[in-house]
Amino acid sequence: MKLAMRLKKRVNRSWQVDIMLLLVLGLFGSFMAVPLIYVINNAFKPLDELFIFPPTLLVRNATLENFADLFQVMKNSWVPFSRYIFNTFFITAAGTAGHILLASAAAYPLAKHKFRGHKVLFTVIVLSLMFSPHVTAIPNYMIMSVLGWMDSYQAVIVPAFAYPLGLYLMKQFMEQIPDALLEAAKIDGASEYRIFWQVVMPLVKPAWLTLLILMMQMLWGADGGSFIYSEQLKTMHYAMGQIIQGGIARAGVGAAVAVIMMTVPIVTFVFSQSNVIQTMASSGMKD
Amino acid sequence: MKRDKHLFVLLIPYMVLFLLFTVLPVIISILFSFTYFNMLEFPRWVGWENYSKLLWNDDVFLIGLKNTLIFAVITGPVSYIACFVFAWLINELNPKIRAFMTLVFFAPSISGNVFFIWQIIFSSDSYGIMNGFLMKIGFIYEPIQWLQNPDYMLTIIIIVQLWLSLGTSFLAFIAGLQTVDRTLYEAGAVDGVKNRWQELWFITLPSMRPQLMFGAVIQITSSLAVADVAMALAGFPSVQYGAHTVVTHLVDYGTIRFEMGYASAIATVLFMLMLGTNLAVQKLLKRVGE
Repeated sequence: MKLAMRLKKRVNRSWQVDIMLLLVLGLFGSFMAVPLIYVINNAFKPLDELFIFPPTLLVRNATLENFADLFQVMKNSWVPFSRYIFNTFFITAAGTAGHILLASAAAYPLAKHKFRGHKVLFTVIVLSLMFSPHVTAIPNYMIMSVLGWMDSYQAVIVPAFAYPLGLYLMKQFMEQIPDALLEAAKIDGASEYRIFWQVVMPLVKPAWLTLLILMMQMLWGADGGSFIYSEQLKTMHYAMGQIIQGGIARAGVGAAVAVIMMTVPIVTFVFSQSNVIQTMASSGMKD
Repeated sequence: MKRDKHLFVLLIPYMVLFLLFTVLPVIISILFSFTYFNMLEFPRWVGWENYSKLLWNDDVFLIGLKNTLIFAVITGPVSYIACFVFAWLINELNPKIRAFMTLVFFAPSISGNVFFIWQIIFSSDSYGIMNGFLMKIGFIYEPIQWLQNPDYMLTIIIIVQLWLSLGTSFLAFIAGLQTVDRTLYEAGAVDGVKNRWQELWFITLPSMRPQLMFGAVIQITSSLAVADVAMALAGFPSVQYGAHTVVTHLVDYGTIRFEMGYASAIATVLFMLMLGTNLAVQKLLKRVGE
């Protein structure tokens, strides 16, 4: 009721349309949420409940069996499941950290110092936002093999350092920092590196939290694609695929991996949401 | 000049990697597209041969192209509009509910490739939640093979793609809406803006044009590159190529047949398609609110 009152006071709003729009929002909201609710519930279902017909959305007698099974089943496999978890964490952490550092360092000159050629560089970055990594997959494979990076962590981690989206968002956000602040630091005798590290970086905390979310989302779901062959270097996403292949017999365990997979990015997003929104506000492309 | 030296030190590590893993691959790809290259022998120059074979003699590519365009024409605009509409509706809520709803809509795209859930939902036996439900209410009597039947495949993949698509541009729109100057609405009301629809067209949309442009780039690019969902749900290759796309065609020639020249031609066509659509849509968006 309070909500309706608040909305009513605004100009150009009729409550009938408000209600209608809220219904639309609720309907589509449940479409978004139901599959996730279903998989979370599946993860806690005991075996007999997984085979009920018709299948139920919600769990009745919740159990942690599936999670225990996951580690049990995977303990006897080629590599223990904990190794997949470690690989995913390692690739995500290293890739994200390197990306934030390098993209911010490169964004600072682009945003705050107009040197010759900065326009061209930025145009290339914007253009590269316009095609998906699929386009470059094959040449990238050849480059990796020339570099001798096949079957190594760095084949996944190092290219992540230079994704264009992070530099783009970072540069747009840094442009909002008042020049006067940087001038003041310079008069105090700070070097460019110090200005970057001690003045600019703390100010763009929302931006790097955003890069953290976006990179994490990408790397967390990475399976190493065509670069990684050794079982002990493979990621959780790959392991999940293997478990899902097990079909209905592994449905509960599969759901348990999925829950582990989705928890980390979602929790990170919950804690950084307001910062992320703040950065995205400056994401626009001026014509 | 000394100042510039420091700036280049900051710039160079990123730029070297960017050139190596993004710019160079595009150049290599375009060059290889004019050659016959099987990874064993040195590439042999064949001119436009790959392109003419691709566009005139490759029926499977045309199926892939047709599917990709169907995907893009449906999921692109629908998800773009959905991103905006949901962001706009959420923006009218109070901050606590707004944060919660943002999470609900953003969660699928962030939750690390768990779209295989849909495989369970549309599983072809009666344990699949969709078959189970339809059989329970007596709508069907035996399970439908959702993901093996070319009649349903495309639709299901489109639905899943839409479910996944409220990502980066959705956040950009939410943020954009929060930066629109509130006083503009009051000024608008005085100037004769009569309802929320007019408000939307004359005030909100033009104020967030930069975010709309950014969102368009992200949406177009991802909707033309549909492949992961198609391969995960319908298998690869899918039954009767029902879910074949340009990218799965690229994967086929690049990683299975090792015809790198031909695969590069496919990649180049895809690249041109993305670039062209982006530039056209950007032109269109400049006219919003006029």
